[in-house]
Amino acid sequence: MRHIALPKIGTAVAWRDAARALLGERVPPSDVIWGGDDTPPELFANAPAAPPDRSDITVPRSFVALANSVVWHSDPQRFARLYALLWRVQSAPWLMSDRGDAEVAKLRSLEKGVHRCQHKMKAFVRFREIGDPAAPRRSFAAWFEPTHHTVEPTAQFFCRRFGDMDWRILTPDVSAHFEKGVLRLEDGADAPDLPDDAHEELWVTYFRNIFNPARLKVAAMQSEMPKKYWKNMPEAVAIPELIATAPARARAMAEAAPTLPPAHAASAQAMQMRNVSEWTGSACAMRDALEGCTRCDLHKGATQAVPGSGPVDADLMIVGEQPGDQEDLAGRPFVGPAGQLFDQAAAHAGLTREALYLTNAVKHFKFTARGKRRIHQRPTRSEIDRCAWWLNAEIKQVAPKLIVAMGATAALATTGSGQAIMNRRGKIEDGLHGGKVLITLHPAYILRAQPAEVAQQAMRDFQADLALARRIISGDAVSPSESPAISG
Amino acid sequence: MSRLSLVSKLAILSDAAKYDASCASSGSTKRDSLDGKGLGSNEGSGICHAYAPDGRCISLLKILMTNFCIYDCSYCVNRVSSNVPRARFSVDEVVDLTINFYRRNYIEGLFLSSGIIQSPDRTMSDMVRIARKLRHEENFRGYIHLKTIPDAAPELIEEAGLLADRLSINVELPTDVSVKNFAPEKNPAQIRKAMANVRMRKEVAKDKSHTGKRPPRFAPAGQSTQVIVGADASNDAAVLSQSTRLYSSYKLKRVYYSAFSPIPDSSSKLPLIRPPLQREHRLYQADWLLRFYGFDLNEITGVTPDGNLDLDIDPKLAWALQHRGLFPLDVNTASKDMLLRVPGFGVKSVQRILSTRRHRTLRYEDLACMGGSMKKARAFITALGWTPGRLTDSADLRARFAPAPQQLTLL
Repeated sequence: MRHIALPKIGTAVAWRDAARALLGERVPPSDVIWGGDDTPPELFANAPAAPPDRSDITVPRSFVALANSVVWHSDPQRFARLYALLWRVQSAPWLMSDRGDAEVAKLRSLEKGVHRCQHKMKAFVRFREIGDPAAPRRSFAAWFEPTHHTVEPTAQFFCRRFGDMDWRILTPDVSAHFEKGVLRLEDGADAPDLPDDAHEELWVTYFRNIFNPARLKVAAMQSEMPKKYWKNMPEAVAIPELIATAPARARAMAEAAPTLPPAHAASAQAMQMRNVSEWTGSACAMRDALEGCTRCDLHKGATQAVPGSGPVDADLMIVGEQPGDQEDLAGRPFVGPAGQLFDQAAAHAGLTREALYLTNAVKHFKFTARGKRRIHQRPTRSEIDRCAWWLNAEIKQVAPKLIVAMGATAALATTGSGQAIMNRRGKIEDGLHGGKVLITLHPAYILRAQPAEVAQQAMRDFQADLALARRIISGDAVSPSESPAISG
Repeated sequence: MSRLSLVSKLAILSDAAKYDASCASSGSTKRDSLDGKGLGSNEGSGICHAYAPDGRCISLLKILMTNFCIYDCSYCVNRVSSNVPRARFSVDEVVDLTINFYRRNYIEGLFLSSGIIQSPDRTMSDMVRIARKLRHEENFRGYIHLKTIPDAAPELIEEAGLLADRLSINVELPTDVSVKNFAPEKNPAQIRKAMANVRMRKEVAKDKSHTGKRPPRFAPAGQSTQVIVGADASNDAAVLSQSTRLYSSYKLKRVYYSAFSPIPDSSSKLPLIRPPLQREHRLYQADWLLRFYGFDLNEITGVTPDGNLDLDIDPKLAWALQHRGLFPLDVNTASKDMLLRVPGFGVKSVQRILSTRRHRTLRYEDLACMGGSMKKARAFITALGWTPGRLTDSADLRARFAPAPQQLTLL
């Protein structure tokens, strides 16, 4: 029979070394008696000497993490339970992921207890200032009573958080001291007599006032902040009174009659009106009118209507389908992936974006929400028709020499014909506005086209169409009316 | 006007802030002060430092910079027409309170909001000054959540996002019509544009430059919003449909639902009712089903005739009771997607079922120690040694879960 006593400070390392040595010597769990440092020393021999190097021992990573928590539990059986599981894991490594095994479940619940205790320590330790607040390094102290041996595994958290001050956390079990950036663990202490701290009054004031008496839920509070912690938390003194007076306070709020607005309300509102005119005063009336458009239902889901952009005297007007995810956020057309592809193709065709007027047949983004994504949806004919009111206004304003309609929606909106686009691209048709419309592909189609050869061909067609548009507006090409490509 | 003490200001300005439900302090960048040159840390998951008797966690110092406000939103305790006492913190007072509370381990950081004073720009620039002083002069590395004012200048929002961990703007009510009725000065379209702007800045800040350098992160803990429930007549379908729109369009981290609660000196326009806490709870459950359990909006709101969630039973159970044909499921063979739809099973218990069944066949007793609620789940599953028999289709299944009907009293 082996007797092993583990120290109070450095328990995790000591247990690991002892367990490794025992496993190396193939000592079965039934032959080991484990004790903490509270067992009389004469009863137990010390831990075995330096562990033999046994590289054939493998321990799953998940076990190491489990052991590193469970050793801090207050259950006296924790070391034995851990060693018993370690012994079983040697022949059954899958045990660690078996949540139905009773012993694994028990250890997991011990682990959970330690995690909870660590979490509550991080949350409920309350420092008082014990040094000069004007000193370059301020000092604080706290008295805390943890359920398990959680000071050592939790001390690093306080080091990371309070790096620029000295602090000590005294507990009956182990105490942590942090001075000039160095952590020291010592034996437990008696409850100290800490000086009063003026900030506690402010903190209790905050606690009283952040509480809403109309939503009393005492059980919810106590399940997260059990009473055993209250005696070391300054705010807890306010709790009984807050609970006792809550129903009356809520009733009083409900019964109080509405009052007249205070005298300053009118002047404050006047100030507000001045702000309103500052924000909405826009030079372009059409943009504002478009912003408020509710001609179809699409405005309900979108962020904003996306008006066309570009010089109002542009020779060439490019019409796409509708704003996408990015355009909807930015409020400008063709800024998303399809817009970037358009820019590439336009540059290739010798067109500069700054000289073009870009817009969409439909001005609001149509989509369905799927989880955290918005999936683009094609606008219906009635949505296109209603939005044509805006497109026509833009066409009238810009009066371009040529319109390039990209994709079926734009073609439908500008020519009134919804026929398949593939046979129509590269050709010039008569527009509903009385001018000429060059039909081409939509860049989003090129982005999605599969396989790569199809996409490449589509891109070449698209570039050729834009190049044709450039030649037409600069007069290099045969004029549209003489173009052999005109259909019908 | 006599000068208020710091304690009275704190009392007024925390009382004014309590109707904002958000308290999260998690999910930001990892930071610490091990170098000894600053104060504070951030470790991914936030900490609730205390709980008030309303069951809400206190994680951040949640205060208003001022409760003076030129807006007249009926549901708000700080509206211009209310007679509540008013106060205003100076920049130094907020910084001092935050640092001293933080050093005593009372809080994770600051959640600063404000009434609108003079103009949106003026208000926002004072709030940014507080955050700037905390970060640059006090070397504060804890959590900062700033409420942004939708109409404030873009460069102020830009700086706010670089200083704070989280930005938020409240949409306040489920529909644009309600906002127009109850908050006449607020513009729902403007609020959405502000959220769009935050998403775009976050995405720009993710791109590396051509040298591979990353720009400073913009609001690393994301943006959130709050909707008041029960002040207007919108049903739950309207509330949740707004949420799916916000999550998908602006990548919000959270939509908070806040049961409309009586406020001191309330407006005559709004009903004074007990806050619908159970409805708020069901909305949060439905919100989780939408985001983590693969449910569609229509599946959740389509099971009740009026578009409101069933208050007596949770929305997953309500859905399962309407779709009993899909159950019972064999936990040893069912897909992950279907297991997530079993009432009583959460994401974690499903994970545990999947990892354990790789090694062996699950018995009913195994499930009991995997964290799920077997009281609910047992009617919808089969396992080795367990079949619900006629339980799944029994007519009184709903009654087993719903609270007992209350007998009407004569008095």
